[in-house]
Amino acid sequence: MELDRNMLLYLYRTMTTIRHFEERGIPETGQRGMSGSVHSSAGQEAVPTGICAHLTNEDYIGSTHRGHGHCIAKGVDPKLMMAELFGRVTGPNKGKGGSMHIADMSKGMLGTNGVVAASVPLAVGAALTSKLRRLGRVAVAFFGDGGANQGVLHECMNLASVWKLPVIFCCENNGYAESTPVEYALSTARVADRAAGYDMPGVHVDGMDVFDVFEAAGQAVQRARAGEGPSLLECRTYRYYGHTVFDNPLSYRTQEEQDYWRGRDPLLLFRERVAPGGLVSIDELDFMDLEAQELMEDAIRFADESPLPALEEIYEDVYVDYPLDLMRRGINLEV
Amino acid sequence: MAVKSVIEAVREAMREEMRRDERVFVMGEDVGWRGGVFLATQGFIEEFGEARVIDTPLAEASIMGIALGASFRGLHPIAEVEFADFVWPTVNQLIGEAARVCYGTDGKLNAPMTIRIPYGGGIRGGLYHSQSVEAYFFHTPGLKVVAPATPYDAKGLLKASIRDNNPVVFLEHKKTYRLVRGEVPEDDYVLPIGRAEVKRAGSSITLVSYGLMLHYCLEAAEQLAAEGVAQVEVVDLRTLRPLDTATVLESVKKTGKLLIVHEDNITGGVGSEIAALAADAAFDYLDAPITRLCGPDVPTMPFAQTLEDAYMPNTHKIAEALRTLAAY
Ligand SMILES: Cc1ncc(C[n+]2csc(CCOP(=O)(O)OP(=O)(O)O)c2C)c(N)n1
Ligand SMILES: [Mg+2]
Repeated sequence: MELDRNMLLYLYRTMTTIRHFEERGIPETGQRGMSGSVHSSAGQEAVPTGICAHLTNEDYIGSTHRGHGHCIAKGVDPKLMMAELFGRVTGPNKGKGGSMHIADMSKGMLGTNGVVAASVPLAVGAALTSKLRRLGRVAVAFFGDGGANQGVLHECMNLASVWKLPVIFCCENNGYAESTPVEYALSTARVADRAAGYDMPGVHVDGMDVFDVFEAAGQAVQRARAGEGPSLLECRTYRYYGHTVFDNPLSYRTQEEQDYWRGRDPLLLFRERVAPGGLVSIDELDFMDLEAQELMEDAIRFADESPLPALEEIYEDVYVDYPLDLMRRGINLEV
Repeated sequence: MAVKSVIEAVREAMREEMRRDERVFVMGEDVGWRGGVFLATQGFIEEFGEARVIDTPLAEASIMGIALGASFRGLHPIAEVEFADFVWPTVNQLIGEAARVCYGTDGKLNAPMTIRIPYGGGIRGGLYHSQSVEAYFFHTPGLKVVAPATPYDAKGLLKASIRDNNPVVFLEHKKTYRLVRGEVPEDDYVLPIGRAEVKRAGSSITLVSYGLMLHYCLEAAEQLAAEGVAQVEVVDLRTLRPLDTATVLESVKKTGKLLIVHEDNITGGVGSEIAALAADAAFDYLDAPITRLCGPDVPTMPFAQTLEDAYMPNTHKIAEALRTLAAY
C-alpha cells in the first residue's frame, strides 16, 4: 500500500500522542484522586488511528469507556481532554463528564461512553441522519470484544444492513472484557464471523498494525460512502494495562502473553515498516515522540490551572431550556 | 463475635446459602474466576464449581432474563449486576417480567431470585459508576427491595433474600463495602425482610435513612447530642419495599419531627413516600414541617469533585438540617 509522507507522519503523530496521553495522563489522574473511571488504551493506538485517518470532522464516531484514543484520533484537543479527566471547567464537558463522556460535536465525536455498547445505536442513528438528509457522512461505532455480545449491537447490525446505512462496526478485540477471555464469551471463532448473519462484509485485521487497519478501514469507509451499506471490522489488539488502574491483569493473563503483545507494539511495528522505505526518518519519529511528551506537560499544566466547576453548575444543562427556578433543590450545596 | 466488612458479610451470606441449598447459584459478569468486580464471590468457583458460579458474557438483559427463567423451575439464582448504572438493560426483565409473574399467573409461577446491585456515589466514579437506582424498583409492586447499611444487616438480609420466594432487588452501597465494619455472628441467622430498625433511640427528632447515609445520620445525631441540641432517633429502613411504616410512624408520633435523608434524587424518591405517609398518618403529631435532605434533581452524578461533593449529603449537611428542625 502506498501512503504519502504526510499520511505517514499523521499516523505516527496520532499514535504517539495517544500513547503519551495514556502513559502520562492516567497516573496524574491518580495523583488527584480521579482515576476511578479511566481506562487506558495503550497498546490499541493503531485501531482508532488507522480508522479515523479516513474520516473528516463531518463524519461521526461513537466511542467506548476506553475512548481516549478515539477522541485524539478524531481530533479532540488532548489539552481539553486532560482538563476533563481532572474534572475542570475547561474540559469539553466542563468537567461534568470525565473520561467516559468526552463529546466534541465540532469533531463529530458523539462521546466516549461508560455503558458497554451503548454508543453503537448512537452511531447508527448518526448514520441514519446522514442517509436521510443525504449528507454523505459516515459513522463508526467502536466497541470491544465484550461489547460484541450485547444484544443492542446485534439489533443495530441487522437494522443497519436492512437500511444500508453508512456505518462501520469496529470491534476492538483486545482479548478480554475485564477478566473474561474472548474465547470464553464468544460463540464464533472471530467477531468478524458474525457479519455473515447480517449480510455485511466481516473483516479481521491485525489491530497492532496501523497499515492493516488503515487499508481495511479504507474499504469499509468507501463502501459506506458509496451507499452500499455497513461493514464489520474486527481489529485484534491488546491493552497493555489492567482493565482499570485498580485491576491486576496478571490475575487472569500471563506475563508471556503480555510480553508477546508488547513485542508487537504498534509504534514499534510502524518504525520497523517505515524506516527502510526512507519516506520519513527515525529522527522525525523521535521528534514527534518528543513533541507529544511536551504536549502532555502542557496539557497537565493547563488542566491544573483550570478552575473546578462552581457549585451552581450542578443544575446547568439538565435540560436545554428549563426554568432554573423550577429545578428542585434537594440539597444545600455547600459542603 | 468477629468484626467484618460489608463485602465480607455479603460473601459469607452467599457462601453459607450455597452450602445450605444446592438450588442456589450465582451468575454475572466476571463473578467466576475473577470473583466479581468487588470480589463478592471470591473463592466461590473453587468451592462450588463452574456449574454454580457462572461467568456470563457481557449481556445484562439476558443475565436477568435467564436468571428469571431458571427461578421458575425451582432454582434460586443470585444475579449480579456489576454496577447499578448497568442495570438498565435488565429493566424489561425485572420490572416488565419478574415483578408481574406471580400476579399475572395467579400464583402459578413465582420468581425466587435475588438481584445484587452495588450502587451509590461518593467514590469519584462519575456518571457511570455512582448512581442510586432504588426509586425505580421501590416504585414497582411485585419486587422486594432491600438496602442494608451494616455488615450484620447485610448478611442476615441477604440470606433472607436468597431464601425468599419473590424477586428481591438487593442494593449494596459500594462505598460501605470496605469502609463499614461491624460485628457479624458466625452462626446461621436470618433477618426479616420488611422490618426497619431503630439504630439510635432519641426523643426530639426522627431521622429516617438507609444505606451509606445511615452512617452519616448516626454521626450527625451524635454531634447534636454532644452539642446538647437534640436527641435524635435514627431509623434505618433496611428494607424499602415492603416499607415498615409502623416503625417509622411510631417514632414520628413520639418525636413530632421528621427528617428523611437519601442520596437518590429528591423528586419521587423513597423520601417522598415517607413524607406522604407521615402527613397522612401522623399529621396530628407533627410539630414541624416534614423535611427531606436528598440528592438534587440532576440526572446523574457529575464527575468533577466539587460537583460530586455538592451532590452528596454528608454529616455536616445533615447536622445543619437537624439544627434547623430542632430550632423550629
Ligand atoms: C452495560 C455494561 N455492563 C457492564 C459494564 C462494566 N464494564 C465496563 S468495561 C467492561 C468490559 C468491556 O469489555 P470490552 O467490550 O471488551 O472492552 P475493553 O474494556 O476490553 O476495552 C465491563 C464489563 C459496563 N460498563 N456496561
Ligand atoms: Mg476487550
